[in-house]
Amino acid sequence: MNEQYIETIDSYTLPETIHKLISDWLAQHEVDEEIFDRILRRLVRIHEADLPVKTHDQLITLILKKEEKGSPVTDDQFDEILKRVVNEYQSTRIEPCEAVGIIAAQSIGEPGTQMTMRTFHYAGVAEINVTLGLPRLIEIMDARREPSTPAMTIYLEDGFRDNRDRAREVSWDIEASPLHEFGDITTDMENMRVIVTLNKAVCDKRRIKVSEILERAPTKIRDRRHYRDFESEVDEQAGILRFLPKDQGSYQNLFQLVEHVRNVIVQGIDDIQRVVVRKESGEYILYTEGSNLKDVFEVEGVDTTRTRTNNISEISQVLGIEAARDAIIHEANSTLREQGIGVDVRHIMLVADMMCMDGEVKQIGRHGIAGEKESVLSRAAFEVTVNHLLDASIAHEHDELCGVTENVIVGQPIRLGTGDVRLVVKPMQPITKTGEN
Amino acid sequence: MGTRLNVLMHDMVPKHQIMDIEEVQTLLTDYHLTMEQLLKIYHDDPIVKSIDAVPGNVVRITRKSHTAGEAEAYRLVVRRPKK
Repeated sequence: MNEQYIETIDSYTLPETIHKLISDWLAQHEVDEEIFDRILRRLVRIHEADLPVKTHDQLITLILKKEEKGSPVTDDQFDEILKRVVNEYQSTRIEPCEAVGIIAAQSIGEPGTQMTMRTFHYAGVAEINVTLGLPRLIEIMDARREPSTPAMTIYLEDGFRDNRDRAREVSWDIEASPLHEFGDITTDMENMRVIVTLNKAVCDKRRIKVSEILERAPTKIRDRRHYRDFESEVDEQAGILRFLPKDQGSYQNLFQLVEHVRNVIVQGIDDIQRVVVRKESGEYILYTEGSNLKDVFEVEGVDTTRTRTNNISEISQVLGIEAARDAIIHEANSTLREQGIGVDVRHIMLVADMMCMDGEVKQIGRHGIAGEKESVLSRAAFEVTVNHLLDASIAHEHDELCGVTENVIVGQPIRLGTGDVRLVVKPMQPITKTGEN
Repeated sequence: MGTRLNVLMHDMVPKHQIMDIEEVQTLLTDYHLTMEQLLKIYHDDPIVKSIDAVPGNVVRITRKSHTAGEAEAYRLVVRRPKK
């Protein structure tokens, strides 16, 4: 019986979500042909009403629930419900020729004036501080290469997320640890050398091999810290490293070398200064200070589907432009919400869409959206007026006067709202020379 | 270990699909668009690389929308302009 119903549904071209809702429901319920016909008729009508996915899903779920309870909606009621929903939906739609950009700018700008200038928030975690408030909002809109406080939220894979010790192990692979945490460093002034004695117990606890550290330390001082005036000797058996400065007569070089040896990062990812493990809604999550999405994704135990960063340009490089758009909306929205300011997400979405239009994240401002406008007058009205006018006159540029700003400047009606309506005459019969039809 | 990351699986990445030529044609006529008016996506975007799209393809993006539940967007694959 049910197979037959599903076949009938297949013959209609319904969108994926509706199709799934109804076939899931049919799989669990036995219904008469009469009821099925009624449901199907309504489904088709809801589909034809052309509502947003969320709305029609809700409608269908409600109707199915009513059927389940044995008190189905009557045809009259259904007509009324659908009529009201459609009306409500139509009234929320923006009208043609409406200036959505200006509305978005005002809607974000006005609450922006109430934001605090400097807010440091501890992201719910002790010691990790994240810039929020107005400076953060400006950072997002300016599409900075790097935020002033990069931070990541690292989720863990199954098997790691519910075990504190294993979560801690993952954090050691991520947190940048300098050499002095792994053993004693002594300066032998008499023989002009630096001696590192590794502590085996610490290395075991941090799950890193002694030989790995011995090999990594000298190469990393050369590559990462760009200090090359030394030679090194390795005693793998005893876990001892000796560094000798090239200039055996200079104490200054020796002390420089000690600094480099102490601070060279031998375990973890260089950009991530601090990691905090925290339990939240039943799983362990790592919060970091510093961000490197690409390298963190390669660490074992990291959930590569949920881990995120607040560095938007990094997201656009690793996960693409669409993920960056999503990140802009998320970051801007949560920055505003944290200040207790409710801005409709549509305005933020419009801004994010504008920023990501051309395949890369562009700032709002003179190096981005505002600077790439077609019209000379519009660009000149924004910032650095004289430069724009001068450049335009040298390049012999034209202004078509299509946009809003240019037309305000020259005193013409703008082509928005009622100003965009033109009178079009369609003569019924060709007009004769005398003007009579 | 670099193979473990599948960019298409990440929560922030919506569904991307390469469109047929006929689909693109109906899209352009339905909305009275030209190819240049579509949104752009660069050919070296990680997603474009992983679905093997080439410049000239149009990608259909099915986003999870905050307002509509689901929304479609279309991007034309173009070469990244040289700086």
